[in-house]
Order: sequence, then C-alpha cells, then structure tokens
Amino acid sequence: MNKQIMREAEGMLAEFAGPGNLLEAAREMRKAGYTHFDCHSPFPIHGMDAAMGLKRSPLGWIVGLAALFGTSAALGLQWWTGSIDYPLVISGKPLFSFQAYVPVTFALGVLLSAVAALVGMLALNGLPRLHHPVFHSERFGKFSDDAFFISVTADDPLFDAEKTREFLQHIGGKNVEVLRES
Amino acid sequence: MQYDQHTYRLTDTGNYGTVALIVGVVGLIGSAVGYITDPAQFFHSYLTAFFFWLSLGLGGLFFVMLHHLVGAKWSVVLRRLSENIMMTIPVMAMLFIPLLFGIKELFHWSHPELVATDHLLQSKEPYLNVTFFILRAVVYFVIWMLLAFLLNRYSLKQDQAHDNKLVRTLRVISAPGMILFALSITFAGFDWLMSLDAHWYSTIFGVYVFSGNLLGMLAFLTFSILSLQSKNVLTGVITPEHHHDLGKLLFAFTVFWAYMAFSQYFLIWYGNIPEETVWFLERWESSWKIISLLLVFGHFAVPFFVLFPAGAKRHRGVLMVISIWLLIMHWVDLHWLVMPSLHPHGIHFSWMDPVTMIGLGGVFVWLFRRRTAAKPLVPVNDPGLGDSIRFINH
Repeated sequence: MNKQIMREAEGMLAEFAGPGNLLEAAREMRKAGYTHFDCHSPFPIHGMDAAMGLKRSPLGWIVGLAALFGTSAALGLQWWTGSIDYPLVISGKPLFSFQAYVPVTFALGVLLSAVAALVGMLALNGLPRLHHPVFHSERFGKFSDDAFFISVTADDPLFDAEKTREFLQHIGGKNVEVLRES
Repeated sequence: MQYDQHTYRLTDTGNYGTVALIVGVVGLIGSAVGYITDPAQFFHSYLTAFFFWLSLGLGGLFFVMLHHLVGAKWSVVLRRLSENIMMTIPVMAMLFIPLLFGIKELFHWSHPELVATDHLLQSKEPYLNVTFFILRAVVYFVIWMLLAFLLNRYSLKQDQAHDNKLVRTLRVISAPGMILFALSITFAGFDWLMSLDAHWYSTIFGVYVFSGNLLGMLAFLTFSILSLQSKNVLTGVITPEHHHDLGKLLFAFTVFWAYMAFSQYFLIWYGNIPEETVWFLERWESSWKIISLLLVFGHFAVPFFVLFPAGAKRHRGVLMVISIWLLIMHWVDLHWLVMPSLHPHGIHFSWMDPVTMIGLGGVFVWLFRRRTAAKPLVPVNDPGLGDSIRFINH
C-alpha cells in the first residue's frame, strides 16, 4: 500500500454564485488585506479593477520611454551617419535634412513602442507561465463557461490553510478547495 | 434651458437660436457690403468661411455613417447631435450659390484668355471648365443631401417605435454612402480649394481636407456637448467615459491630420519638382511662413501634447478649451489653403474674414440649435442606447 504523501498547499480556490457576488467578494478580499488573489470569470466585470484594488498599469510609462528612445535613436543614427561619419549630399539637400528622417524616426518609435508594449505586458503579468495552482482543481475549468472563482496563492502573507478557508466561506465562497498536487 | 430627462427633449431652449440667426443675417448683410467694395476679397473670405461651416456638416455625415457601418455602441448617445450637425448641409448647399458668381474672381482657369496662353491649363480644360465645375458641385450636394436626408429620415423613424430592422436599413444606406462620400469630398476639395492654384496638384489633398473636416466636426461636437452639459442637459447620459472617447478621437485625428499634412509636404519636398514645390514656397518665403509654423505647432503639437494624458481627455475644462482651439486652427488651416492665392506676398487679414465667418456661422448655429430643440437629444429607441449610456472604458 502506497501511503499518499500530502503535498504542501499551493493555494485555495472558492466558487461564487454570480458576477455580483464575485465583485463583492473581491472587495472583501481587498479589505481583509489579501494581495495575492485573483478573480476568474467567463466575461469581464465592470468595476472589478477597483474592487480588487488594482492600480493603473505602469505600462504606459514603459511604452512612452521606449518611444522616446526609439525616436531619438533613429534621429541620432540618421544624423550621425549622414552628417558626421559619412557626409553625403543627396539630391542637393542640406546634410541634416530632418524631413527625410521623419519616416524612419516615426517608424522606429512605433516599432519599439509596440515591442515594449508586448514585452512589458508579459513582464508585468508574468505570462507566459507553465503552471498555476488553479490547474490542480478539476472544477476550475468551468471558469470559462459558467462559474466564478477567487483564487488565493499560498505566497500571500495572509494565507493560512484554516483562516483563509473560513474567510472565503464567510464571504460567500462555495466548494472551497485547497490547491495542491494530488 | 429646460430639459426633460425622461424624453431626452429640451422643453425650453431659450432664444440662443434666434440670436444666432440675427447675428448671422447681420453678418451676411455685412458680407454683402464687402462684395460691393472688394469682390475678390469677398469671394475668398466667403469661400474660407463657407468651407469651414460646410466641413462640420460633412464631418457629421461621415461620423453618422461610420457609426452605422461599424455598429458602434458607445457613440449612440452622440448620434443625434452628430445628425443635427449633418443636417446643416442642405442650407449650406443654398449658401454655396453666391460662390457661383465668384468663379471668375476665384479661379484663374475660368478665364479663357488666360487658358489660351497656358499650355498646362489647356490640358486640364476638359476637367477645369465652368460648366463641368458647376455640374460637379451639383452632384456633390445631391450626394450629401440625399445621404443626410435618408439617414435622418430613418433615424427619426426609429424614434417612433422599436424596430430593429431600421438598424440594418441605416447600415445599408451607409455602406455605399461611405464610398460616395469619400469620392465626393476628395473631388470637392480638388475643385474648391486645390484648383485655386490650378497649376498645382497633390493627390493626397482630398484626404488632407477630409482629416481637417472631421477634426473640426469632432471639436464642434465636443464643444456642443460640454456647453449643453454645463446647463445640466444630458448629464448622466453622456458621461466622462464618452468625454474620454471624444478626447481620444480628437487626439487621433490631430495625429491623422498631421500625418496627412506631413505626407503631402514630404513627397513634394523630396521630389523637388518646381511645379509642385511652388505651392509650399508661396507659403514659406513670405510672412505666410508664420501661419505655416502656426499650423505645425498649433494644429499638431499643442493639441497632441495637451490631449496626451488620459486625465486631460476626461477633464471637461481641458476638452472645452482644446475643442475651441482646434476649431480656430481648422479655420487657420483653411485660410492658409485659400488666401495665398489672392495675397501671395504675405499674410493678409481682411475684415471680411470674421464677418463672413459670423454670417455663415450664425446660420449654422441657428440650424443646429433649432434641430436640437425640436428632436430628442438621443435616438430614444435605438437598441444600443442602454449600452451606450452604461458604456465604460477598459
């Protein structure tokens, strides 16, 4: 007989009746001080960001800096190569003809912004990732159909196998389950 | 001003409309004095003012058709006001008639003796001749009025009863309407503005004119909404979320205008062919350079940086100031397109510039207010109205 080894809990999952309950529960989670929790629903819920206490993403600043870098790099490169390093008169125009440099400057600004937006988004939300504690739950698959969940990961400072379970039940969570490898 | 929030109707509109009409008529009489004293200046000022106010109506027509075509939900609450702007086109068509008497003053291609000595104008004669010019103008106005009447008719029909089939009808009108609109505004821009300098040509000119028109219309729409809301009309229906989106559109079309303006300039600058560069040379060598620079900074840089932060797009005060600013810049842009043809040696402002603007503007504002007072301020039975009111940006 193999004795089953109880693995360490990676988190906890609770199901809620509907979007309204989920919104209310998210608010309670935030008030209680949980920080490493997430809400899962089949569709976006208005007001969820505020309920969860999510702050405005700093992505805009990352993209802005990338755009600034892209435009100045493009302009700088064209100026330096065309006017300093290898001065070349093209169709009788001045060496530094900013008009001719606009398309490349614009394009590199856009390119680096787009790349920064993609990479920055992935860096900020931690994707792609191969594993998440919710994958241990059989029930979780319903989140893309008709179920509403809150998951708390074990790395939350407030996470406690008993207290968190009680709290999730207290705020209306059903089918609370501990997420661990079986 | 009194507003009934259940029917979305204005119950008492005050006398703004009448005041606007009186101001407009006085302005038009003043313009008539200008016609007697200096016809050439009058027609150029009148053309600038006419195109300014017509462009708002055309922008409205485009915005309404775009709304129907893409099945937009967020902008349902803006649709009726856009239609009210669009429905100024028929009266603008009548106010086009004075320009027919100014063809000789405005367009040198209309002088047979000049064409006789000019090879380029001879080649262009099959297109640039008075008969065909008038015929085309009639076609443009028929297209615009037909579209405006149809869109307006079915939109008002929708007010009477819930009928989801009308959504489709409006879309079916808009699809070919959009194609006709694109062609007609391009050629109208060629005819009325570009042919002022008949030697010069730029294929992007129509899109450039369109970009300014739409930006002007969006600025006027934003301005009207904020003025109505300052009197507690439509509050809670048009929300900061809609302000935010209007701000985004103003920002986007500021960039679009700059993109078109630069593209036009860039290719001509690069090609460096005298018959193309002359147009920019005229606007750069003399004191027109000041206006050219004013457009670069005022029509692009200022609104670009002002509207950049999300907070500014949701701030009523900022939106109000920038929409008035953009309307002024739209006029400066048209002035810069038209006037160098009459005053090639430098900036020239005439008293007829503001007087024709006020004259036609008074009529425009009167029409807009009259329709705003007569109809519900939003399409009350549009299936998307609820979604639009509850709309939230993500």
